[in-house]
Amino acid sequence: MTYELPHLAALESEAIHLMREVAAEFERPALLFSGGKDSIVLLRLAEKAFRPGRFPFPIMHVDTGHNFPEVLAFRDTRVAELGERLIVASVEDSIAAGRAVEETGPRASRNRLQTVTLLDAIETHGFDALFGGARRDEERARAKERMLSFRDDFGQWDPRAQRPELWNLYNGRIRRGEHVRAFPLSNWTELDVWQYLAQERLELPSIYFAHERDVFERDGMLYAMSEHVTLGAGEQPFVTSVRYRTVGDLTVTGAVRSTATTLEAVVAEIAATRVTERGETRADDRATEAAMEDRKKEGYF
Amino acid sequence: MRIVTAGSVDDGKSTLIGRLLFDSKEILADQLAHLEDVSARRGLDTVDLALLTDGLRAEREQGITIDVAYRYFATARRKFILADCPGHVQYTRNMVTGASTADVAIVLVDAREGPTEQTRRHTFLASLLGIRHVVFAINKMDLVDWDEGVFERIERELDAFTTRLEIPDLAFIPVSALHGDNVVERSAHTPWYGGSPLLWYLEHLHVASDRNLIDVRFPVQYVVRPRTDAHHDYRGYAGQVSGGVLKPGDDVLVLPSGAASTIARLETFDGDVAEAFPPMSITLHLADDLDVSRGDLICRPGNHPQAARELDAMICWMSEAPVRPGARLAIKQTTRTGRAILDDLRYRLDVNTLHRDEDARELALNDIGRVTLRLSAPLMVDPYRRNRATGSFILVDEARNDTVAGGMILGPAEGAEAAGAA
Ligand SMILES: Nc1nc2c(ncn2[C@@H]2O[C@H](COP(=O)(O)OP(=O)(O)O)[C@@H](O)[C@H]2O)c(=O)[nH]1
Repeated sequence: MTYELPHLAALESEAIHLMREVAAEFERPALLFSGGKDSIVLLRLAEKAFRPGRFPFPIMHVDTGHNFPEVLAFRDTRVAELGERLIVASVEDSIAAGRAVEETGPRASRNRLQTVTLLDAIETHGFDALFGGARRDEERARAKERMLSFRDDFGQWDPRAQRPELWNLYNGRIRRGEHVRAFPLSNWTELDVWQYLAQERLELPSIYFAHERDVFERDGMLYAMSEHVTLGAGEQPFVTSVRYRTVGDLTVTGAVRSTATTLEAVVAEIAATRVTERGETRADDRATEAAMEDRKKEGYF
Repeated sequence: MRIVTAGSVDDGKSTLIGRLLFDSKEILADQLAHLEDVSARRGLDTVDLALLTDGLRAEREQGITIDVAYRYFATARRKFILADCPGHVQYTRNMVTGASTADVAIVLVDAREGPTEQTRRHTFLASLLGIRHVVFAINKMDLVDWDEGVFERIERELDAFTTRLEIPDLAFIPVSALHGDNVVERSAHTPWYGGSPLLWYLEHLHVASDRNLIDVRFPVQYVVRPRTDAHHDYRGYAGQVSGGVLKPGDDVLVLPSGAASTIARLETFDGDVAEAFPPMSITLHLADDLDVSRGDLICRPGNHPQAARELDAMICWMSEAPVRPGARLAIKQTTRTGRAILDDLRYRLDVNTLHRDEDARELALNDIGRVTLRLSAPLMVDPYRRNRATGSFILVDEARNDTVAGGMILGPAEGAEAAGAA
């Protein structure tokens, strides 16, 4: 017996430890669930941390109104299987209430509006800690994020005033109105996530596997046709076999050409890929060099 | 495996990390295109791999790294998590943060300059934080004509310095981060060097035995009590093993109460396990119905941590506001929190010379000192050298809620002086 924990098991244990710390030290946590692969892993980790008990927090989904229908169906099935509580915070409602204003033009998206809805929901429910599925390997502003990350009472992240994070000793002290974001998957890479999904035999929304879809090309990326998009000059819809690497608002999430219809085939494609997940699929980060950093400062996921 | 990198500004740390990621094929096409683009805009004729590690906008604008950034790369043999710590003079706290979870430290040295004050500081911090493997990458060897004499002189100097520190495993590798020599591939320029390239060294390093598998330590983190019909009497103690190997049937003690029991089961979501060892997260069941809660610690009857009301410890101060004896702070150690008063500042350590200033009246940002802390309630502690998990703590400012210090326990302060301080 070598008493060496394999890499994925060590990452899993680190994540479970953080989840239990947050559950123990905060009064009103919630788990942000997008229906994407990272948050599917989060739900499994919550089972590992708290079963046979109930999760000591509800699951919250910020619904942009522009989600893939497959993902919403998956969300409802998964939550029902787990027997846990789901809260849906809706961007539509924020717009209707005048809290957020719909963007216009061909590149309009509700991506940024989610922040308003998220922060409003945090206030309404009095949440003091939110679990998110973000990973440090996703993007360079995220590479500096703490596992337990402080947000002031405007929900803002100040990258220059982060609390030092030593060993596995998380400082969970906050004042009323402030909250923390907890990122159990901080140290996971995209490949770790896929390998874990395979190891745990976790189900995924169907859009993660190759399927025929109506798409159009923009800035070198493939986007799904839907009622929410306005085609620009020269943009032509066509049908091809694609899958998604991440799941976000369908207007800003790009698809990749693929014929991988099983988890094993997807893992093989990811291991061989030469483009990062965000670079390949997220228009929101292409806007400027510091797009993610700016959104994070405002309180984004 | 977790790596921390340290070096002074311009030693070539960013280039080295870029090289490791690049040569291990971890830089992907879109990132490379971005690097080429930015390099061209800055008028460089080769791709600047250092740009890869620039994280936040403020850092890019100032051209320096200000905070620890985490990088990930993998080879066929191993996956690596790398904490990239900026080498700026005032950023001891970043190095301490990055080093707190590292298995190995890479310290960059510019071959033209040899070891500097900062090299000594970083090496000392690595040893203070209990890192057992330190590898010195003697960089820019191309600029000293691959001179074996230069390399040997630096090695001798560092050897002499490190005999005063407790680092069990040292390595010295002559590299050129810019050209890739001895980073991933063995260099043709260093026939006199008999060791391995950096990546080979990292891939083959044996770190599993660095964990404490002797002293059973299980801090209770969370009590799982479903209170449902199906699990009416269920009571599980969830936590992460901090030391030793636990087995069902083992006799145990629960501290601080001292109540005795036996391990009934070691449960995980995937079923019961026959053994649990660090850093596994498990749910432990005792044979007896005891009142155990978060912050309690489970150990073996013949091997327990010391219960301390006063701590003798080294701390690294991380706040802009200096601290003086008399300060009241919150303390967190394992899963226990309490309050502490800084009773005594025994000395401040000059991390460049290792000189102890016993007349020091305060610790300022980035200072390291040996202190005595009086605690509101006893903590169950081990010396940090023996166990990083039960020997470490953080101090928190109770008014501002900031983390203001990281601490390494030497032992309880009552009675006999703990020996073996840095
Ligand atoms: N000739 C030579 N130059 C190097 C080497 N490594 C780094 N440099 C250069 O040294 C400068 C500082 O390197 P950088 O990686 O930014 O240093 P950092 O501040 O430690 O991250 C840059 O101009 C690099 O191109 C090397 O091995 N040989």
